[in-house]
Amino acid sequence: MRIGVVTFPGSLDDVDAARAVRLAGGEAVALWHGEADLHGVDAVVLPGGFSYGDYLRCGAISRFSPVMEQVVEQAAGGMPVLGICNGFQILCESHLLPGALIRNERRRFGCLDQRVRIESTRTAWTSRYVAGEEVTIVLKNGEGCYVADAETLDRLEGEGRVVARYVAGNPNGSLRDIAGVSNERGNVVGLMPHPEHAVDDLCGPGTDGLGFFTSVLRSLVS
Amino acid sequence: MTSGLDTVAVATQDPEREQPWAELGLKAEEYQRIREILGRRPTSAELAMYSVMWSEHCSYKSSKVHLKQFGELPQETPVGKMLAGIGENAGVIDIGQGYAVTFKVESHNHPSYVEPYQGAATGVGGIVRDILAMGARPVAVMDPLRFGPLDAPDTHRVLPGIVAGVGGYGNCLGLPNIGGEAVFDPTYLGNPLVNALCVGVLRHEDLHLAKASGVGNQVILYGARTGGDGIGGVSVLASETFTESAGGGTGPAKRPSVQVGDPFMEKLLIECTLELFAAGLVAGIQDLGGAGLSCATSELASAGDGGMHVDLDLVPLRDSSLSPEEILMSESQERMMAVVEPGDVEAFLAICAKWEVDATVVGEVTDGDHLQVDWHGERVVDVPPRSVAHDGPTYERPFARPQSQDTLQADAAEALPRPDTGEELRATLLQLLGSPNLCDKSWITDQYDRYVQGNTVLAQPHDSGLVRVDEHTGLGVAVSTDCNGRYARLDPYAGAQLALAESYRNVATSGARPLAVSDCLNFGSPEDPAVMWQFAEACRGLKDACLELGVPVTGGNVSLYNQTGETAILPTPVVAVLGVIDDVTWRVRSGFVEPGETVVLLGETREELSGSEWAHVVHDHLGGRPPVVDLPAEQALAGLLADAVRDGLLTSAHDLSEGGLAQALAESVIRHGVGAAVTLTDDDPFVSLFSESSARALVTLAPQQLPAFLEAARTAGVPATELGTTIGDTLEVSGWFSIGVEELQATWSATLPAALG
Repeated sequence: MRIGVVTFPGSLDDVDAARAVRLAGGEAVALWHGEADLHGVDAVVLPGGFSYGDYLRCGAISRFSPVMEQVVEQAAGGMPVLGICNGFQILCESHLLPGALIRNERRRFGCLDQRVRIESTRTAWTSRYVAGEEVTIVLKNGEGCYVADAETLDRLEGEGRVVARYVAGNPNGSLRDIAGVSNERGNVVGLMPHPEHAVDDLCGPGTDGLGFFTSVLRSLVS
Repeated sequence: MTSGLDTVAVATQDPEREQPWAELGLKAEEYQRIREILGRRPTSAELAMYSVMWSEHCSYKSSKVHLKQFGELPQETPVGKMLAGIGENAGVIDIGQGYAVTFKVESHNHPSYVEPYQGAATGVGGIVRDILAMGARPVAVMDPLRFGPLDAPDTHRVLPGIVAGVGGYGNCLGLPNIGGEAVFDPTYLGNPLVNALCVGVLRHEDLHLAKASGVGNQVILYGARTGGDGIGGVSVLASETFTESAGGGTGPAKRPSVQVGDPFMEKLLIECTLELFAAGLVAGIQDLGGAGLSCATSELASAGDGGMHVDLDLVPLRDSSLSPEEILMSESQERMMAVVEPGDVEAFLAICAKWEVDATVVGEVTDGDHLQVDWHGERVVDVPPRSVAHDGPTYERPFARPQSQDTLQADAAEALPRPDTGEELRATLLQLLGSPNLCDKSWITDQYDRYVQGNTVLAQPHDSGLVRVDEHTGLGVAVSTDCNGRYARLDPYAGAQLALAESYRNVATSGARPLAVSDCLNFGSPEDPAVMWQFAEACRGLKDACLELGVPVTGGNVSLYNQTGETAILPTPVVAVLGVIDDVTWRVRSGFVEPGETVVLLGETREELSGSEWAHVVHDHLGGRPPVVDLPAEQALAGLLADAVRDGLLTSAHDLSEGGLAQALAESVIRHGVGAAVTLTDDDPFVSLFSESSARALVTLAPQQLPAFLEAARTAGVPATELGTTIGDTLEVSGWFSIGVEELQATWSATLPAALG
């Protein structure tokens, strides 16, 4: 299974996402923001970082990159897409996911090992988890506070599209403790925490994040 | 005056024109020397270049007579010969398996006081470009920071800004921040210290040096455009050149003298430069930092075998009103200069275009021996580059041990009243644990990304940072920075050695073998003989200790004039030690892991309380002599730790330093919430708990490993004392007191959030 990892100018966790794909048993394919070509990959990860420095609204410039035209088009056709942190912001800016991510309530960047509850296992990226399972993965962001209007939030909850929720404390002020959401179909997931930093006991807080990558590999087989 | 351009021709025709050399910080004899070198008066552009390159910051004119002794150390580490040493942008050492590592620590103290966020941010940016310029991929940063008292209002101005600046810049570059220090002392109020360290990794064959060779090779400036930031004192030249009279309104607007960082541009610069290296398109390279183009052009030309010609009109500007002097002196960030063979220019520019990095040919290597710079078709600089870059003045500043040092050393903390009941000892432990220097620093370090790149094996709060270099073999490097300025104040020779010893020990507790040193020497005014004595003694101490431990100094930085009025900072020779570990999976962390393990204290405890955290926190006292330096004991301890980690004997290891055994026990318990029951073997429980004797560490191991480990310790000549056993969730000091994990945790972690919000 070939999973593309897009590098935008200012992407930082592309190397980590590619490593996570490999550790899960997939083949990682490097994709370049300036190329409107996904090279036939089966799924795409938009990694974390500070694309274009986040000088404008996070993700607001990257959504216009040539590669995103392809991502949006193929996501509509059901291709699995995972946006992590800055990638989540890009997905919101691209209107593949509802809501927005704004500055943390405490106005500071925070890097911590975060407890997260997997709320929905019906997405392409979470099928290997058990609903309600609590995992520890890295959270690191300055603008990770998820917001949307009440109606949208109610709809997300009602349709089972809240993918993950913070537990043991809300680190950034996200409404309803939301750490990740999906689109209606469940192929597009945006996640503020970084599962790619929790795939190796040696260099992260355990391997709880690997499930996101093994999930998509299974969904592609089936 | 229509143009007012001060060309070489004008300088020759008008030799006696008054020049503002004093305003630019030059001494009369320095100005005279420039005239002798050139055989005429300098043009204003030349004066700008000399004044900035001959400044203390760039020329090390007060310090270099003392620094040169580091060059006398054998230029090799236990692994192999150094691949590049002092004088390059950063030293490069062999770590085996074809890999090399470059690391360096630098100061950005004064800018960070003036503008905390940008000062700290550009400090990170500058050191990262130094590492990049060696041909290495930057892989980690660390930031030793020092502030005034935690409760001082100005600390609340500078600390949040500095921390946000370090994080804001480093996080955006994708460099894990794996350690550092945060120390509070009244002498840093009004003069905080922001030191920044970067580590980079390269293959041996990727080493690049800063030199411009090969006549006809093109000189390319790439990265950010040049603006008016960081030009400081040169504005006196600008006003001379462009205004008819004092107060004339045509001069450029006043601009901030602290540079403004653009970490996104730096990230592009890193990726772009690494791709240029990989494509073999770089014949020579230099980053632009302090003194900007003046420094880059003169250093590149000086290290090469010819001259260099630069056309300043080609330099891309952010501000079209800049004068040639300002362009030469601008410290705009995120710029690099490369020397490229003519046939490679097109490919070079294509890679820059891919990364959306501006790149412009601004000159070429010539067959002369002068650096020549033109502006609007006229020559404004024509100098021997070496005279700018390397032949700056050297001062033998007078230094003398002040008599007050005797009084200071006579006032020993060992004479102060001590706690002696169990209740008092318990209260003292908690008081120290929650004190600013010993408390939890995660309020600071949680603002830094420690995970990016996926190779961080250890980061704060462990004794050293440890990063994996090779995913397949597990090769890794550990780095620690340390300095106790109070020890250095009591005895600068011993204090510098103790800084080295602690850093060396911290690298060893992770299981790595210490290889090399970089230092950042922060002191007060060199014009004060007492401060100069501190500096001279610290250098001598560091050199002697490096010789004894067999570790070279690979480079570093000096920051002087760190004082507020007459009050100098504590002498603060920050020492960074880098070590190598053949397999990072061996690594040992610093907290107790599970109950039922044996707790062993390594090293010898003496009654050493002067300069201690106890004397500082409880008695606000500084006097006496610092702990004894015992380098053979440090070496034996480090060897024992590395062997024991390799052999899988240890489950945790933590060095003993500020706060002594009490602090080490408390931190080890807090880490994973696993307690310990220990029995103190010394007659005096206070000395056992709070003495700060060096060359000690606390380790745990499975009971069945104990005989083998004790035998190894005996062979290594390291005293080993069995203190007790790890237990549930309490720290019990038998016969004296016990404290629950929750109380320890709460005390340790409450301080910074309570003070800083």
